[in-house]
Amino acid sequence: MAHAPSLHAHLVLGSRFEHIEIAERTLLDLVAQADCNHDEQYWIVTALREAIANAVRHGNREQPERKVRVDYRIEGRTVTIRVEDEGDGFDPGQIPDPTREENLLRPSGRGIFYMQQFMNRVEFSCAPEGGTTVVMVKELLPNSRSDGNEE
Amino acid sequence: MKSEIRDHGDVRVINLSGKITIGSGDVKIRELIDSALADGKKNIVFDLAGVSSIDSSGIGELVACYTTVTKQDGQLKLLRMSPKINDIMQVTQLITVFDVFDDEQEALASFD
Repeated sequence: MAHAPSLHAHLVLGSRFEHIEIAERTLLDLVAQADCNHDEQYWIVTALREAIANAVRHGNREQPERKVRVDYRIEGRTVTIRVEDEGDGFDPGQIPDPTREENLLRPSGRGIFYMQQFMNRVEFSCAPEGGTTVVMVKELLPNSRSDGNEE
Repeated sequence: MKSEIRDHGDVRVINLSGKITIGSGDVKIRELIDSALADGKKNIVFDLAGVSSIDSSGIGELVACYTTVTKQDGQLKLLRMSPKINDIMQVTQLITVFDVFDDEQEALASFD
């Protein structure tokens, strides 16, 4: 029986929005090796971009010397992305539901909603010494090529 | 993100292409709206056919543009959203806010 390889990558980025492109390209390289379909790839990239944008803007307050650490792991059909910032932390429960009628015209507050919509699991944690970590998990659909290799 | 402006009578159609994302495209669409209003164009269509992705900042900026135009007694409508952008507009419920068209002539006629 064939087993999908385990894939791992780790990036340490300065807090600049243009670095989101680097993180996106790294993810695309990894998911291509995992035979992720185009739709899944699109939505995982979308969630990753939101997580890093949040870390840069709300976590690290766009201070370039503060780091954003991005860890990618693909094991079997499970994609796990961990994004850590060096900010003061926050309570995701305080973010209002952007789909409620009274919030529809708010120009911000949809980033976490995006992540939750496009990934299977999203969990936030704050370290006592500061910094927020978000872990996002996506279970990829079974892939026809690896299925065909199974004996 | 790239843009191209086409005026049809009182309606300004703005073709957008590429990514509308944080730090670049989101700011540009605000500038395009400000420019249209400064030119006296209050009826505006964003043609999104060439837009490959839009993040939450881009969506937020679309909403801000909508509010700005509406406050000026104008209208901002959307044209030719890709299936993925349509999905985003559905899950965010913003499909209930914007008038959305697949056909440019219908979009233009809707201002009459």
